[in-house]
Amino acid sequence: MSFFADLYAAPPALLAHAAVLLVIGPLMAAAAAALAPNARWAWMIAVGGSVFAFWMALGVAGEVARQGVVTYAMGGFAPPRGITFRIDALGAMFALLISAIAVAASLFSGHSLDGEIRPGKRSLFQAGFLLCQAGLLGMSATGDAFNAFVFLEVSSIGTYALIAAGSGRDRRALPAAFNYLIMGTVGATLFVTGVGFLYAATGTLNMADMAQRLATLDDNRAVQAGFAFIVVGLGIKAAMFPLHGWLPGAYAHAPSLMAVFLSATATKAAIYLIVRFAYTVFDPGAAFVAHFMDWIVAPLAGTAIIVCSLQAMFQTELRRMLAYSSVAQVGYILLGVAMGTAAGLTGGLLHLFNHALMKAALFMAVGAMALSVKAVKLTDFSGAARSAPWTMAAFGVASFSLMGVPLTAGFLSKWRLVEAAIGVEWWWAVAVIAVSSLLALVYVGRMLEVMVFRSAVAGGDAIKEAPIGVLIPLWMLAMASVWFGVDASIPEGLARASAAAVLGVR
Amino acid sequence: MSFVTSHFNYVVVIVLMMGGLFITFSTGNLIKRMIGLAIFQTSVGVLYISLGKVAGGTAAITIEATSEAGRALSSKLDPGYVAQYGVDGVVYSNPLPHVLILTAIVVGVSTLAVGLAIAVRVREAYGTVEAGEIAAADQAAIAQADRRKSGGRGR
Repeated sequence: MSFFADLYAAPPALLAHAAVLLVIGPLMAAAAAALAPNARWAWMIAVGGSVFAFWMALGVAGEVARQGVVTYAMGGFAPPRGITFRIDALGAMFALLISAIAVAASLFSGHSLDGEIRPGKRSLFQAGFLLCQAGLLGMSATGDAFNAFVFLEVSSIGTYALIAAGSGRDRRALPAAFNYLIMGTVGATLFVTGVGFLYAATGTLNMADMAQRLATLDDNRAVQAGFAFIVVGLGIKAAMFPLHGWLPGAYAHAPSLMAVFLSATATKAAIYLIVRFAYTVFDPGAAFVAHFMDWIVAPLAGTAIIVCSLQAMFQTELRRMLAYSSVAQVGYILLGVAMGTAAGLTGGLLHLFNHALMKAALFMAVGAMALSVKAVKLTDFSGAARSAPWTMAAFGVASFSLMGVPLTAGFLSKWRLVEAAIGVEWWWAVAVIAVSSLLALVYVGRMLEVMVFRSAVAGGDAIKEAPIGVLIPLWMLAMASVWFGVDASIPEGLARASAAAVLGVR
Repeated sequence: MSFVTSHFNYVVVIVLMMGGLFITFSTGNLIKRMIGLAIFQTSVGVLYISLGKVAGGTAAITIEATSEAGRALSSKLDPGYVAQYGVDGVVYSNPLPHVLILTAIVVGVSTLAVGLAIAVRVREAYGTVEAGEIAAADQAAIAQADRRKSGGRGR
């Protein structure tokens, strides 16, 4: 966090309200984008809103590095009465990650909507994208349990509509979006039921206040039931194995912009809430939390890593392969979270950060290649390296990071996870990470073999190089994957500070 | 039995929640799934409202305990309750759950609207709202595309 301690991103007058402007910026931009006269204007508003949110996230991160926690009382009602935004290092890390990915995604959306969304609908699409972003940022900023539910639903409802908008290219987007809507709503409703149980037991909705009262309520049956409802509900949203059934379809058929943005942020925000509730709201020393992490989350995470890596190997559609790989990566992250040690949490959060960068780059490269040719199956992409070398090179860099090749971000975070697993003597976890890295080698190798070494299908149109407006955000993400593999002081500092903030609350 | 009758609201919550969930996952008809989902979400509303209810409590609008309405309300309170909590005057139900559920209802209605809109689009694209037939249509489309591709190569 030392990088952020000296960072005064905005003038003091703005910094004082940065925590809330972070969410309000994209929210207001969404309204403006919906009213925009044409797609060009809507795109500029989307980029403006995203950049503003990132700017505010930098401001908040600076304040958090200096003060530890930024608290913002809505309407001046002091906590625990009113709704508060409470951003600690963990929240700042997620706000930075979500808004940074949003900037890259919004730049990408200048071209990616061509051919996917009708021109007349593009401004509404951008509005939905900004709403979704506001919801996700709100989840990372809020300090109120019910407010977290509202932001979860704000982002989710936007997401359902935007995934369904992929039907312009592939009608399978519609059943996929419907399936996600059912699963996502069941998840969010289970979450809010759990919050209701906690409210019944504690009489408060403020997370910090709730944590204090829950510390003495470990044996309360309502609290235990509430915990079960909350983690299962959030587990669905986070695509925790075996609750991930909605994810492959949703990622594979969504418009490319949503595939980029969702894969990097949506499940991550749900993981954020799991960490937030399990370790800072509930008493992490309570038997039901510790046993849940050791006996349910950890084995399921291990299973997800192996099973979904295997499933990724046998897919015929490129985006579906990447989607299954995402479920496996969620497994890595939850494995680190389940360890419950500072090292494990740091490793898990670092992997979360790195995975967001690489998976956004991979989906963006696939979307960029599919701009010129209607390419869905893996074999449709054969010969891409010859006709679109720059796009393909960025895909290659990000896929090396996905495999965990040394000098990439993916290697470093897997290494940290292995170190943490050795630290808690989970030898099986070390074996799982080693085996799954070999499986990743197989499925990433399969992708690269088709794209680099095979020649294009005879008679088909060659995949064209992506326009410069797409190459810029794509290479930003790809270079970040390399940069943070060599010099990880920024993400690792953030992850360490987050783990300390989460585990040191009591 | 007295436990069930004294927790009747929660029995209703459980029946609605499990019934809604069962409908959502047992049927393949997209419209019926949305109906199940709406029932499931409604059950949470009943849960929250039940949490905030105080027996004999009134809406949270200040009433002078000495006024006629105030005396009428406090006379209806359960004497056991008054003795246990030392209540003096008018008792109010907790208004916060109502506010929360108002928000949750809005969320539920928006979800329902989006879900039904997607179901309409599914009907336009596939000509059916049955999950089984949709999956079969997708399988058939993939098989056909494969055939066309291999046939093209053969020529």
